[in-house]
Amino acid sequence: MYQPLNLTIGVTVFAVGKYTCFIRPFLESAEKFFMRGYQVHYYLFTHDPAAVPKVPLGPGRLLSIIPIQGHSQWEEISMRRMETISKLIAKRAHQEVDYLFCLDVDMVFRNPWGPETLGDLVAAIHPGYFAVSRQQFPYERRQVSAAFVAYNEGDFYYGGAVFGGRVARVYEFTRGCHTAILADKANGIMAAWQEESHLNRRFIWHKPSTVLSPEYLWDDRKPQPPSLKLIRFSTVDKDTSWLRS
Amino acid sequence: MTRMVYAQPKALTPSRKDVLVLTPWLAPIIWEGTFNIDILNEQFRLQNTTVGLTVFAIKKYVVFLKLFLETAEQHFMVGHKVIYYVFTDRPADVPQVPLGAGRKLVVLTVRNYTRWQDVSMHRMEMISRFSEQRFLHEVDYLVCADVDMKFSDHVGVEILSALFGTLHPGFYSSSREAFTYERRPKSQAYIPRDEGDFYYMGAFFGGSVVEVYRLTKACHQAMVEDKANGIEAVWHDESHLNKYLLYHKPTKVLSPEYMWDQQLLGWPSIMKKLRYVAVPKNHQAIRN
Repeated sequence: MYQPLNLTIGVTVFAVGKYTCFIRPFLESAEKFFMRGYQVHYYLFTHDPAAVPKVPLGPGRLLSIIPIQGHSQWEEISMRRMETISKLIAKRAHQEVDYLFCLDVDMVFRNPWGPETLGDLVAAIHPGYFAVSRQQFPYERRQVSAAFVAYNEGDFYYGGAVFGGRVARVYEFTRGCHTAILADKANGIMAAWQEESHLNRRFIWHKPSTVLSPEYLWDDRKPQPPSLKLIRFSTVDKDTSWLRS
Repeated sequence: MTRMVYAQPKALTPSRKDVLVLTPWLAPIIWEGTFNIDILNEQFRLQNTTVGLTVFAIKKYVVFLKLFLETAEQHFMVGHKVIYYVFTDRPADVPQVPLGAGRKLVVLTVRNYTRWQDVSMHRMEMISRFSEQRFLHEVDYLVCADVDMKFSDHVGVEILSALFGTLHPGFYSSSREAFTYERRPKSQAYIPRDEGDFYYMGAFFGGSVVEVYRLTKACHQAMVEDKANGIEAVWHDESHLNKYLLYHKPTKVLSPEYMWDQQLLGWPSIMKKLRYVAVPKNHQAIRN
């Protein structure tokens, strides 16, 4: 019932440093499985536009390549994403898309990802923590951090690799996370899982309207449990230490 | 939101195993156990939500107002801002019921109709007219309820969303072929035997003012069309409501906890709470 609304779905994805090698499998699989039949606008942030492969896109689907500054520390790259996304929305995305998803690039789509995922504010359950008690969630536990979550707080542990929603809501969300990241920086602290920690703090206070099951954020290194009928979006096997060097 | 302490939701533990809690179009079906009212109250209070409750007390039906309003004061949207919109042809007979803080009552004087079917059906016209003129500026959500009922347990913000319908207590376990939809193709309310999600009750529906306006306007126009074609749907406004909700799917569906008749249906174990229930009445006496 969303199709007659003529919606455009935006996707932000960051490919900095050696992560440019993930662009092709990400885009090719997205063309096959992501929001088929809808208008889609990919916003690809990279320090090296020349390294972006030419991937054929279906009708009504666009790619914008946006240069950003590289950084020697992968944590810095990761943390700047919230600010970059909010600036993109303010500058252009608010006029170009109705919904926006912010996805990690070192992933592939393996099955359909469709309008069932559209909501005002969307989070995805982290595949490592859906069967675990909240005390074991890897929240930031130092009270001095703006991302601090107490042991008796928390609904789900959400993955930083997937979030989204209506473009105005994503704007507020990423602005809020960025503000918290800056507050921590001023206090000389970096949260345990970078912006994922801040994302989790924020989602406790501003609860998502739609929560995606681990079908939408899986880690292929994990054995597939019976509760998982289908894997739609999952990690690409990679050598993390090499990538981050 | 402020810091709240509550039990952790578990991704692998369903809230109810005996009933459907989500429609195929991903609208929640509201049953006891599926929601945490403290979280929801906080979310709606942060928006300073105002809820309008429309109720029609035409001719002898004024007699139901006192119990309706008194029980609403106890159970309906407690802690939130409420405006009761009482449509009546007998404003002098509207009882003085003491109201809690942040709650007020507005009497809207309207004409009556001779036939009870017309009284029922014209509610759609009146709600749509007043939605545009007044409700849009005064409330965030509208709940449209029958008056010959009482609230017997919590009915709160868990019901609020863009558009909601309520499962009819007589049909929640029936097959769609047995739903008492209008089956004559000549009527605007016609639904064929192989279509239909649920059978919704005309006595309790609502949503945002905009969505309720759209629904009531569409139902009224459909009834005008039917009248011009010399046909009246089998269950009047309820038939048209069902047609509308089939093609404009509700964003929440209320379980029969929100629309029950204990005299007719008892208290089955599947109903953890009976929230809004029929008041016994003599149909013959009251409809004339």
